Amino acid sequence: MDGSTINAKGFEDTKTGEQKIRNFNINFGPQHPAAHGVLRLVLELDGEIVERCDPHIGLLHRGTEKLMESRTYLQNLPYFDRLDYVAPMNQEHAWCLAIERLTGTPVPRRASLIRVLFSEIGRILSHLLNVTTQAMDVGALTPPLWGFEQREKLMVFYERASGARLHAAYFRPGGVHQDLPPELIEDIDAWAESFPAFLEDIDGLLTENRIFKQRNADIGVVSEQEIQDWGFSGVMVRGSGLAWDLRRAQPYECYDEFDFQIPVGKNGDCYDRYLVRMAEMRESTKIIRQACEKLRVEKGDVLARGKVTPPTRSDMKTSMEALIHHFKLYTEGFHVPAGEVYAAVEAPKGEFGVYLVADGSNKPYRAKLRAPGYLHLQAMDHVASGHQLADVAAIIGTMDIVFGEVDR
Amino acid sequence: MSEALNDLGAHLEAKRPDCVTGWEIAFGELTVTVTPEAIPGFVELLKTDPTCRFSTLIDITAVDYPGRDKRFDVVYHFLSMYQNHRIRIRAEVREDEMVPSIIEIHPSSNWFEREVFDMFGIIFTGHPDLRRILTDYGFRGFPLRKDFPTTGYTEVRFDEVQKRVVYEPVKLVQEYRQFDFMSPWEGAQYVLPGDDKAGDAGAKG
Repeated sequence: MDGSTINAKGFEDTKTGEQKIRNFNINFGPQHPAAHGVLRLVLELDGEIVERCDPHIGLLHRGTEKLMESRTYLQNLPYFDRLDYVAPMNQEHAWCLAIERLTGTPVPRRASLIRVLFSEIGRILSHLLNVTTQAMDVGALTPPLWGFEQREKLMVFYERASGARLHAAYFRPGGVHQDLPPELIEDIDAWAESFPAFLEDIDGLLTENRIFKQRNADIGVVSEQEIQDWGFSGVMVRGSGLAWDLRRAQPYECYDEFDFQIPVGKNGDCYDRYLVRMAEMRESTKIIRQACEKLRVEKGDVLARGKVTPPTRSDMKTSMEALIHHFKLYTEGFHVPAGEVYAAVEAPKGEFGVYLVADGSNKPYRAKLRAPGYLHLQAMDHVASGHQLADVAAIIGTMDIVFGEVDR
Repeated sequence: MSEALNDLGAHLEAKRPDCVTGWEIAFGELTVTVTPEAIPGFVELLKTDPTCRFSTLIDITAVDYPGRDKRFDVVYHFLSMYQNHRIRIRAEVREDEMVPSIIEIHPSSNWFEREVFDMFGIIFTGHPDLRRILTDYGFRGFPLRKDFPTTGYTEVRFDEVQKRVVYEPVKLVQEYRQFDFMSPWEGAQYVLPGDDKAGDAGAKG
């Protein structure tokens, strides 16, 4: 192929200039609809086969970790919405867990249930976007149009709980910001009842679709060894048959009392990962319904009242200490005892972790955000090499890359 | 949980007394402190030892302590999906010291080491491609060091005359605001108006 080797029969012909072929380098992105954001891939192609793939990231780098060092713990919370902006509350969750473990704050029961409820809504938000845009990357236009309608409904639930469709800042250290109104719980439950029918529709569009199968089956196969070598997590692991899920393996919040399955794939290709995501949405719907059931009966406070959380409004009207506490909490912020902790959650894309080093002041000394997409994208060169150029889009899609969290 | 971690810490210390300088369990997490040059051997042990099997690299990062003689902490996190436990490895590094790369043992350390180099300027020996990763092409300085200003040194804008993006030193229209909300009797860094006269008054009597 490269013009210099001896051909199969052993003849060595004289080559003219045109016959000397060299590999072709192309830039994929940074402005490409299938790059899912601002990804620049430098691809070395031999014909249509990818020989080398060098992702250039950092085009969306905002210096979140640096900014966090000069802000209080509470001011840092909204930065987490802006990491994986497809499922904002799951990121906040990791930050809250890290602070709660350092300060030893217990989370009230009702807040814990609300967190599980909205983490699962976030999972569906993310998987819906991923599954449908994956279909768009390989040529289908209907799934994203249908899927975004459902996403819109879920974001209305976000808005009714927190006031914001996207950047919620709803999970707080010690609980959640506000209690849910009973109507909202009923509406979420009603939606969860109707959602499997929508999944059936997507199923009918994609699962047995010939083009979708041809573009995804046997593409980007990941083995167990590769999972370990490249540090994969989330669906990238489960698609290859390993039932690894932090919600089950290292339970946090109150996931251990919910009844749900961990779907796994068999072949570890893009198609199996699509199937796992579809199955996970069904499982999440089950968790949502169980959470709604529990929230109907278990009432109570949603914030652990103490140093890290604000007092109630009624307290502030009657108690001077509560008023002072509120003022100091939102100006100076609470202090976190010195220490270091790594808190991880099973975000929709994999293991999202926060490594927090506290020095006893009101600001984190250092916070490192461990994004699952960072490791997945890193393996791009390994996974995409030897595939066709057209498969690159399918592989980026299946890795579920969101640049907010990769570039931070 | 913490009993198992206790056993693990003791096991590692017994196996490699030459490179483990200490270990502790805090907040249910095991932290092992090692010497920088021992990192590849120790990580290899963590990966292959049947009681450890830390086959997944979770994270590599660094923490900057400018006041310290050994300025940086390089921190590794590992996870074992088989034994279901986690570990943190920490090594103290001087500013002029280099850390051996673990890319031979964990290919996934590639971008993490690039990121630590990009953000802190710590050089990893044996890394095949130690380029900057998150910052701009041609960026200078190491942003996550504590002596790097949050605003940075340069700003960019599109120049209509030259028809290209130009880099200029940062011009702030107002001073960078760093609010200090600590109470005056709890270690605030600012001086209250009028307090600056206290020294003179004290001298007079």
